[in-house]
Amino acid sequence: MSILVDKDSRIIVQGITGSEGSFHATQCHEYGGNVVGGVTPGKGGETALDAGLPVFDSCHEARERTGANVSLIFVPAPFAADAVMEAAAAGIELIVCITEGIPVRDMLRATAFVKKIGARLIGPNCPGLLTPDEAKVGIMPGNIATKGSVGVISKSGTLTYEAAHQLAAAGLGQSTCIGIGGDPIIGTDMSELLALFEADDDTEAMLMIGEIGGQMEIHAAEYVRDHARKPVFGFIAGRTAPPGRRMGHAGAIISGADESAAAKMKVLRACGVHVAESPAEIGAMIADHLG
Amino acid sequence: MKIHEYQAKEILEDFGVPVPAGTVVGDPGAIDDTIGQVQREFDSEAVMIKAQIHAGGRGKGGGVKYCPDTATAAAEARRILGMQLVTPQTGPAGQLVQKILVCPAIDIAKEYYLAVTLDRGREQDVIIASAEGGVEIEKVAETNPEKIIKVWVDPQFGLQPFQCRRVVGALGFAGAQAKTVSRLVANLYRAYHATDASIAEINPLVLTEQGEVTALDAKFNFDDNALYRQKDIAAMRDLAEEDPAEVEASESNLNYIKLDGTVGCMVNGAGLAMATMDIIKLKGGEPANFLDVGGGASAETVRDGFRIILSDTNVRAVLVNIFGGIVRCDRVANGIVDAVKDLSLEVPVVVRLAGTNAEEAKEILAASGVDIVPAASLDEAAEKVVELTG
Repeated sequence: MSILVDKDSRIIVQGITGSEGSFHATQCHEYGGNVVGGVTPGKGGETALDAGLPVFDSCHEARERTGANVSLIFVPAPFAADAVMEAAAAGIELIVCITEGIPVRDMLRATAFVKKIGARLIGPNCPGLLTPDEAKVGIMPGNIATKGSVGVISKSGTLTYEAAHQLAAAGLGQSTCIGIGGDPIIGTDMSELLALFEADDDTEAMLMIGEIGGQMEIHAAEYVRDHARKPVFGFIAGRTAPPGRRMGHAGAIISGADESAAAKMKVLRACGVHVAESPAEIGAMIADHLG
Repeated sequence: MKIHEYQAKEILEDFGVPVPAGTVVGDPGAIDDTIGQVQREFDSEAVMIKAQIHAGGRGKGGGVKYCPDTATAAAEARRILGMQLVTPQTGPAGQLVQKILVCPAIDIAKEYYLAVTLDRGREQDVIIASAEGGVEIEKVAETNPEKIIKVWVDPQFGLQPFQCRRVVGALGFAGAQAKTVSRLVANLYRAYHATDASIAEINPLVLTEQGEVTALDAKFNFDDNALYRQKDIAAMRDLAEEDPAEVEASESNLNYIKLDGTVGCMVNGAGLAMATMDIIKLKGGEPANFLDVGGGASAETVRDGFRIILSDTNVRAVLVNIFGGIVRCDRVANGIVDAVKDLSLEVPVVVRLAGTNAEEAKEILAASGVDIVPAASLDEAAEKVVELTG
């Protein structure tokens, strides 16, 4: 098992005819995931990728014709929030939005819409999900992850790869890796995913990689304190980040003392999360505890 | 994106929020005329001189002065315009004052705080108000949290009139004044919403001795992601207020933030870039910058990255930490070799490449003959680069 995506996921790609969309759709397809088609308004009837996957004009049509339950979005930022809502309205259960640079105001509307319908959104501005040997729904390089029992939740793409690399060196694999995105408004937060991993039989431990800005890590820590029975490990990036500056991610900005890396690490530790002091020690720390 | 106080007031005025009039001046030769004009227009010899920079705490650094007469106004204006203003938010070097705002002095009866911003946790806009205005709201939040009122705006329904009345009631306004301020709250929210602002703050909002309510000081920040559809706002950007290297980086689509240390770093991905800064510090060094070359690091971005890092003369060594995923390490390695040759680097460069095609990358670096210190892990890379700045 795993969470959210596996070999049975039926994946469509919104924006499949664009350069990013077609490149990554191909990668997801080649990884072995069940990519069943794509959506580009105005290009319905065409085919995409070397595999000749069907392209539809709308998510609604794609869902009806392919039975897709997962959508991966590469639509440009000005139109991405609309694409998210279209997927939700079409009955897609899991929506993964890779697009970076979506205005906050658009995401406020889209996340409220998705929640009302009862769909789940991962991202935006995220690398997506990877369940090793089963399905890749996003842009994570398939070769970084191996099948195993650590569930990884991260605000950062390359820091996730770094952690998976260290886990591999320590002989540990992952059940599912999820990049949740670094924007101020995202679809699914860390505590929701911790709960899914907690209930997943194949996950023995969780790793949460957070950063400065917002309160999400604090709420996740409270979840761990109150509900988690599996061990939870953590790292918070940005202890050297100056307050008030946006560190790459739109959401990575210290707006108050409790949003600093040091403050978050302190709360995480107080709630029973094992926190790595150095980003180079994440793999070894987990191996020590699980070994 | 940030803007100046005078620009924030222009926006407020456009949306029907009363602001005290004033005139901006950047030319020292026009100071006396401007002061005279403001004095005549408002029939008030007393004026305020306010430094226009993109940082708060201007008053504390001597950048905001009450001037009871013409002579004081002229002297203060000349002192402030062109000064290097140091505030708690500028850092020790301060910020050059290139414009000042001259406005009539106002008889203040009472000061309030009023702002709209995003509550990330609730995923809603929040109106924050307090009858304790004119001071830092963070301080009020610490010492007297009960004196701050918050009203959340559901994105599905928008701001409702009763919510405005609630804010106004909590601030203590009544009668006709309450109606006026209610409208002001609604207009402030409208301005925030329509401009894709991330914060719209009036501090202080003042009640004058004459019974009028006006926004004495104002601050707006904007969502950078929305600037593509906010042309008027984007045009307000003042590049003179930003670090030149950061401006150059943004033109090359790189995300660079200058810091005070000596270890330059170039990393792909914002999270890994922050983590790399953190480990440099843990190893006893000080990062000179944050630099995210993006998920698709190429030879060009690597070269641009080096150029920008090295424009900071404090840099004594550079750490390149690239985790190849979709981006292949061998391509990045070629970019590093070219950049080191072309830019004739004089500081040592430690390179750590991991992930896709890392082995080929190592061979390229080793065979290139350029002086690069290879590192196998993040830990080793940080140790080596800190040693080299030693």
